[in-house]
Amino acid sequence: MSATPAEKIIRMANQISQFMESKPHQEGLTLLAAHINDFWEPRMRTHLFAVLDNGGAGLRPLVVEAASLIRRPVAA
Amino acid sequence: MKDFIIPDRDFGTPAAKSKAMVTLTIDGFDVTVPEGTSIMRAAAELGISVPKLCATDSVDAFGSCRLCLVEIEGRNGTPASCTTPVAPGIKVQTQTGKLKTLRKGVMELYISDHPLDCLTCGANGDCELQDMAGAVGLRDVRYEAPKGGELANHFLARNTSGEKNPEWLPKDLSNPYFAYEPSKCIVCSRCVRACEEVQGTFALTISGRGFESRVHAGGKNDSFLTSDCVSCGACVQACPTGTLTEKSVLDIGTPDRAVVTTCAYCGVGCQFKAEMRGDELVRMVPYKHGKANRGHSCVKGRFAYGYTTHKDRILKPMIRESINDPWQEVEWAEAMEFAANRMKGIQEKYGRQSVGVITSSRCTNEETYLVQKLTRGVFMNNNTDTCARVCHSPTGYGLGQTFGTSAGTQDFDSVEEADVIMVIGANPHSGHPVFASRMKKRLRQGAKLIVVDPRRTETVEGPHYKAAQHLNLTPGTNVAVVTALAHVIVTEKLYNEEFIRTRCDWDEFLDYAEFVSNEKYSPEATMLVTGVMPDALRDAARIYATGGNAAIYYGLGVTEHSQGSTTVIGIANLAMLTGNVGRRGVGVNPLRGQNNVQGSCDMGSFPHELPGYRHVKNPEVRAIYENLWGVKIDPEPGLRIPNMLDAAVEGTFKGLYCQGEDILQSDPDTKHVAAGLAAMECVIVHDLFLNETANYAHVFFPGSSFLEKDGTFTNAERRINMVRKVMAPKQGYADWEVTQMFAQAMGANWNYTHPSQIMEEIAMTTPSFAGVSYEKIETLGSVQWPVNDKAPEGTPLMHVDGFVRGKGKLIRTEYVATDEKTGPRFPLLLTTGRILSQYNVGAQTRRTENVVWHDQDVLEVNPHDAENRGIRDGDWVRLASRAGETTLRVTITDKVSPGVVYTTFHHPDTQANVITTDFSDWATNCPEYKVTAVQVSPSNGPSEWQEEYNAQAANSRRILAAE
Repeated sequence: MSATPAEKIIRMANQISQFMESKPHQEGLTLLAAHINDFWEPRMRTHLFAVLDNGGAGLRPLVVEAASLIRRPVAA
Repeated sequence: MKDFIIPDRDFGTPAAKSKAMVTLTIDGFDVTVPEGTSIMRAAAELGISVPKLCATDSVDAFGSCRLCLVEIEGRNGTPASCTTPVAPGIKVQTQTGKLKTLRKGVMELYISDHPLDCLTCGANGDCELQDMAGAVGLRDVRYEAPKGGELANHFLARNTSGEKNPEWLPKDLSNPYFAYEPSKCIVCSRCVRACEEVQGTFALTISGRGFESRVHAGGKNDSFLTSDCVSCGACVQACPTGTLTEKSVLDIGTPDRAVVTTCAYCGVGCQFKAEMRGDELVRMVPYKHGKANRGHSCVKGRFAYGYTTHKDRILKPMIRESINDPWQEVEWAEAMEFAANRMKGIQEKYGRQSVGVITSSRCTNEETYLVQKLTRGVFMNNNTDTCARVCHSPTGYGLGQTFGTSAGTQDFDSVEEADVIMVIGANPHSGHPVFASRMKKRLRQGAKLIVVDPRRTETVEGPHYKAAQHLNLTPGTNVAVVTALAHVIVTEKLYNEEFIRTRCDWDEFLDYAEFVSNEKYSPEATMLVTGVMPDALRDAARIYATGGNAAIYYGLGVTEHSQGSTTVIGIANLAMLTGNVGRRGVGVNPLRGQNNVQGSCDMGSFPHELPGYRHVKNPEVRAIYENLWGVKIDPEPGLRIPNMLDAAVEGTFKGLYCQGEDILQSDPDTKHVAAGLAAMECVIVHDLFLNETANYAHVFFPGSSFLEKDGTFTNAERRINMVRKVMAPKQGYADWEVTQMFAQAMGANWNYTHPSQIMEEIAMTTPSFAGVSYEKIETLGSVQWPVNDKAPEGTPLMHVDGFVRGKGKLIRTEYVATDEKTGPRFPLLLTTGRILSQYNVGAQTRRTENVVWHDQDVLEVNPHDAENRGIRDGDWVRLASRAGETTLRVTITDKVSPGVVYTTFHHPDTQANVITTDFSDWATNCPEYKVTAVQVSPSNGPSEWQEEYNAQAANSRRILAAE
C-alpha cells in the first residue's frame, strides 16, 4: 500500500510546514520555501504546484502562503 | 602490491599516560620514560626484550609467569619487570647469572607440562613459549612423573597403560573460527584479561587453584559457543601459545606477510593486518596502531571475511533483455556496450533526467566520487543518492543547521575522558562493538551511562556497569524526550551561560529558552506520549548537565523517524546548552552504520550537494567542477532514492546504476521499491552477489571485495583510513575501474590509472580535503578531515574555538507525532535493529559462519502481548502492517515493553521491510524504519508474499550455462 503522488507531496510539504510553524512567522515562511527549493527536484515541485494551482486543498496554510517563494520548475 | 614493514613490537605493558618523565639506567643505557611505565616497557623502548610470557601490552601487567625478573642495584631480590614501575636513577640489570639460572628453571617447569609436538602445532613459528624456551637457552627438561606415581600433567590423554588422564581436557572446537586446546595452556591468563580489560565481556575465567587452574569459557558445562563469548578474537590474539588459535591458521599454516587495511563492516573503521600466504588470506588481526580500534576487533571484522571467496560471488558480467529472462554471461566490453546503449536510449527517449545513480556506502571514497561524477558529468543531472539517505541523512541536515558541518565532533579516543555518556537510539554493543568495548572500559572506571531506547538493549547493562538511567520511551517520541531534557536543563538553570554567551547567539538562546520552558514540554506533561517516568528523565537531564564531561552517541534510532532531523537538532541543542562541545570527552557523535557512510556523504553523493557539502545552486561551486570536467552542471537538486522510486512508478525515471547497495531489501515499503524497479527499463546492479535488487536488473557488473582494491574509507570520526589491495580482483577489475569503463562507454574521457589520482582530484576541488593525499595518509596512518592549511595533519576535535558556522544555532524542536499510529487493527509498534553477528541486510555475514549465532530473524514480543495472543516462544507468527505482512518466529522477552515488538532485518526471507511504511523524515526523506504500527497473530508458515517473492527471486537468478 502506498500513497498517491499527490498524497505524498501534500504529506511531505505539511511535514516541513509543521517544523517551520514553530518559528516566527516570516522566518518560517522563508525557510519553508528555501527548504523546498533546496531539496526538491523539479518533478516534485511540479507535483506541488499541481496541488497549489488547484487551490492547495490538503496543504497547511504556511505552504500555501509560501507558494510565491517556491521556484516554479521550467518545463523541460 | 605493497608490502608494509609493520612496527608492531609488543612492549609488554601498556603505555603510561603521565606527563612527568623519569630517567633510569637499564643494562648501562640511560632511558627516559613517563612516570608509571614498567621497567619491562622502558627496556623495550631501548630495544631490550626482557623474556616474558604473561605480559603483553594490550592488558595490564599481572606478574604471574616469573620470567621477566630483573635485578635492581640496591634492592633485594629479583622483581618482575612487568609489575615494577620505573624510578628515578635506578640501575637495572636484565641479564645476570642469577637471572639466567632462575629463568631457565622457570621455563623448565613450564615445558615439563607442555606437549613437545611443536612441528605439527598450529602455533609453530608463531609461539612465544617456543621463543622463550630459545631465549633462555633451555636444553633439558629433568622433570618426569615418578615411576608408579600418578600421571601428573595436562597434556597426555592417557598414560602408558592406556588409562585416562583426569587432568586432560579435550579440544573445544565449538566456535566456528578458533580452536581451544587446553593441553597447550600455560595458564598465563592473558586470554582472561583480554576478555575483561579489552573486550569487557568477562566470558572467560580461571577455574580451580594451583595445578587445577584451567581457562574456562562460561559456566561449568559451557563451551566457547554456549558461553557469553562474543567471538571478538581478543583472547586468540593474546594467547602466547597454540592454545587459542584461528582455525584458518590450523588449516592453512602461518602467514608470510601482512598488509594493513581497513575493515569493510561498520562505521567504526577498525584497521587490520590482513595476514597473507601467497594470495590467500590467512587471518585478519586487529592493528595496534589503528586509531579507531587501538588493536581491538569484533567477530565481523576479525573473522567474517569468508563472503569474499563465497561460491555465490559472481565473477562474470551478465546481461539480459528482460527481467523475466535468465542471465547471460558476457565479456566486460559487451556488458558495457549493452548498458551504455540502454542508458543513452532511455535519455534520448525520456529526457536527461530519466536516469540516475545510487552510490555505495560500502565502497571507497574514490569509487563513490566517480559514481556521483558519472551522473553529474556524464548523465548531466544530479540524480545521485546513497544509502546514507536511509540512515544518517538527518544527521547531515541537523548538524549542518546547528553546528555548520555534517559530522561527528570527536575522535573515539575522546570517550576515555567522558564522565557521562548518553547513548540515544543506538546499541553499540551490537552495532558498533569495538567502540562499545572502549566505552564499557570507561564505564567500568566509573563514567555514568544514560540510555534512551525503547528496548532494554545489551548496552543498557553489562559486566561491572549499569546505566544510571534507561529512558525506555515509546518508539517515535524522541523529540518529546530530547525537548523535555532541554526543558529540565533550562528551567532548573543547569545550562552553561558562559558557553552560550561566547559560542552561541544569546538572542537565539533566549528564544529557545522561552520555547522550551513552556510547561507542555516538561517531563510530567510529555510522559503521556513518551511513557518515560518524569523522575527518571529529570535525573538523566541533571546527570548530563552537571556530571562533568558529557558526550552523546546516537544512531539510527534517532534518525530513522519522521522527525529524525528534529531529534538531531535537539541533541545538538543539548550539547550547546551545557557547553559539551569543543574539547575531549564531550561532543555529539553519530554512530555510522556502514564503513563509508561518512565518506559517501562527504563525496557528494546527495543530489543537492557537490563534494564537501556544497549546494549545487551555488554557481561558484559548480564552476570548479565545470571547469575541471568541461561540462555544464545542473543547478537544480536531483532525486533522492524514495523520489527516484516514486518517479519510476509514475514513469519518468527509467534507468538506474546502483553500486554496492541492495535497495530492494534495505529500503522500506518493499512492494513500492519492487514496483519502482520493475517499471525501469535499465537497472544496472554492481555488486559482489546477485542481491535482491538484481532480481529486477538488466545488467550485472560483478564487484570486487575490499581486499581487492586500493582506496580510502572515512569512518564515523571523519577519519580517512587506507584500504589496501591485498589480492588481485577475482573478477578482473576494482570497482572504480568498472565505473570508469562504464563512463567511457557512455562517451566520457576518463583516464584514471590509480585511485590516488581520484583523491588528488577530490583534494583539488574540496576545501575540507585540500590537504589530503595518499602520501600523507601513508605517513600519518590516517587523517581526520578537515585537512587543510589550518590543520595540515587533520582535525581530531571539531568546533574547538568556534563553530564551523560561526555561532552555534539553537533551534526550536516542536514534537509532532508521526502519522504512523497504533489503532485497533495495528495495536503494536514495531521497531528494528541489528544483532552483533550480522551486518545490515546480511549479504556479507549470511555468507559466513556467523550464521551459527543468528540463522534467522526473530520477533521479540513482550510476555504480556504474547499471552494476550496465545503465542508461545518459538511459534511462527504473522506480522502485519498497513504496508504488508510477513511471517517469522517469535522469542518472548521483556527486553521490549508491552506494546512494542522488535526484529532484525538481516535475512531476505523475513522481508521485514514489507512491513515498514513509506513515511519519512520531514527534512530528508530518511525513511521511518523505527516505527511501524503492526499486529501479531499466530501463523502456520510463510506468507503468500514470501512464497511469491521467493519464486520470483529463484526465477530471476537463473544463469544460462556458458555456450
